[in-house]
Amino acid sequence: MRARTERFLPFALLLPSIGFLGLLIVIPMVQALLLAVMAEGGGLSAENFQRMFADVNFSDAWRNTLLLLILIVPLQLVLALCMALLINSRFRGHGFFLYIYAIPLAISDLAAGILWLAVFTERGYLNSTLQNAGVITQPILFLSFDNLGGILTAIVIAESWRATAIVLIILIAGLQLIPRDFFEAADLFGANRLRRTVHVVLPLLRPSLQSALIIRTIFAFQTFAVVFALAGRNMPVLAGEAYTWYATNRNEHIAAAYAVLLLGLTIVATVVYLRVLGLREAEVQR
Amino acid sequence: MNARVLDRSLLYGAAVFLAVWVLVPFYLIAISAFTPQAKIFDYPKPLVPTSFSTDTMQFFLEARGVLPSVLNSLLVAVFTIIFGLVLGTPAGYALARFRFRGREAFQVIVLATKMFPIAILSIPLAVTFLQLGLYDNLVSVALVHTAMALPFIILVTGGVFVAVSHELEEAAQTLGCSRWGAFLRVALPLALPGLAAAAIFTFVISWNEVFAATILTLRTRTLPAQVLASLATSPLAYKFAGGLFMVLPAIVFIFLIRKYLMNLWGSR
Repeated sequence: MRARTERFLPFALLLPSIGFLGLLIVIPMVQALLLAVMAEGGGLSAENFQRMFADVNFSDAWRNTLLLLILIVPLQLVLALCMALLINSRFRGHGFFLYIYAIPLAISDLAAGILWLAVFTERGYLNSTLQNAGVITQPILFLSFDNLGGILTAIVIAESWRATAIVLIILIAGLQLIPRDFFEAADLFGANRLRRTVHVVLPLLRPSLQSALIIRTIFAFQTFAVVFALAGRNMPVLAGEAYTWYATNRNEHIAAAYAVLLLGLTIVATVVYLRVLGLREAEVQR
Repeated sequence: MNARVLDRSLLYGAAVFLAVWVLVPFYLIAISAFTPQAKIFDYPKPLVPTSFSTDTMQFFLEARGVLPSVLNSLLVAVFTIIFGLVLGTPAGYALARFRFRGREAFQVIVLATKMFPIAILSIPLAVTFLQLGLYDNLVSVALVHTAMALPFIILVTGGVFVAVSHELEEAAQTLGCSRWGAFLRVALPLALPGLAAAAIFTFVISWNEVFAATILTLRTRTLPAQVLASLATSPLAYKFAGGLFMVLPAIVFIFLIRKYLMNLWGSR
């Protein structure tokens, strides 16, 4: 009798979380699909997707989201890799610096947008500093609606500042799994720091880099509040359009179409990364 | 100067440079939020503030809807912590103590959920909650936040129970405790610091979450939802003070759980 309960105990313990995640994730996913393919009066239709694609903001939102993804993710990976390798050299005080680098982990994208608004706004600290240094004679309008380059730069900086911390933690955890012997062996063969990093550390760090890449890409599709804080509606992005269609235009069908699109992008990105990076790993092993 | 000293100074130079990059925005929002309202539009601003005042912060806290939204945020976070720990702790314990069929599959589910864009699902969920009469309700926001925090809670509690020796629990059982009693009297007290860390991280997730909170509420706003909804109409003073107010607790809490950061994000 006792052995029997022991056998079923783990499943009983897991059941609440599995049931909950099923209710809160699987059912809404199905529902998002249903909402998206349902016409407003009822009945199946592609009308919502057609209206989404035809919307004036759609192509801009699509382009901006991809542009932000392409600019932000590599920047974060490089920045986090630099931080992680620095920390991993275990210099005196590295724990202190790790804590500082990790602080943005606790910052929401909305708050990050507002923090950088203090820098990039017309009478903000960037213009003030440039003016005090005599570089400019009047403030530059970084966030004006006709200065897309300025807006884009501000968002890329704010997001890189905020979310690099997540990548950093993933990479540090990965570095800790690499036995110290590997570093010492590389020293023994006279590998200098750069060569050691490229030939020893990076290949061993591949699983961590892969999961950081996937996590960051998925989150980049959801970029929203940082954009609203810095640019308002001047820079449409996909998640922002989903929000606007739901909250402002009160059309949950088109909002759901955006949700389905974002879920689809998430799945495609994950599969592509796993395929591409996974295949290369197999090549290395051969 | 020999190569070693040069090497050291380069290392520290880089470390300090990166630390400054991370810290400067915090400094700037802090001096912005404590600039008197009348001086917010001064230009060019000095990098070292010449005056200090709490009237910008006061203006924010007294603005319509802000204090209730802070209270709402706290309530949502508390609900999320309770739901999350009640659901997640048993799962973490199961992962730590048992080898069973489907264990790997469950771990994959946990990791996939960690990455899953749950916030996006608040759109279909809003429609359901509307039908159930749960729309614009703090509990419904907390449910979505729980789904976001649950994988982290399971990972952390799992790690915590692995660290609590199995043998102690067995010893308690041979001394007459039931399995449940041994868990309550031996494993749980030893795991408390780790559970507290999981609770704190859950708080941070909930306190920061914007998208779902904005979609799922109309009048019962959480703080981020309130700030987001008024972005287009609020003056800079409101935004700066709001920014600092949202950031402060998060910084304190991340400091408290710095030891556990690797467990939260590191495990794959």
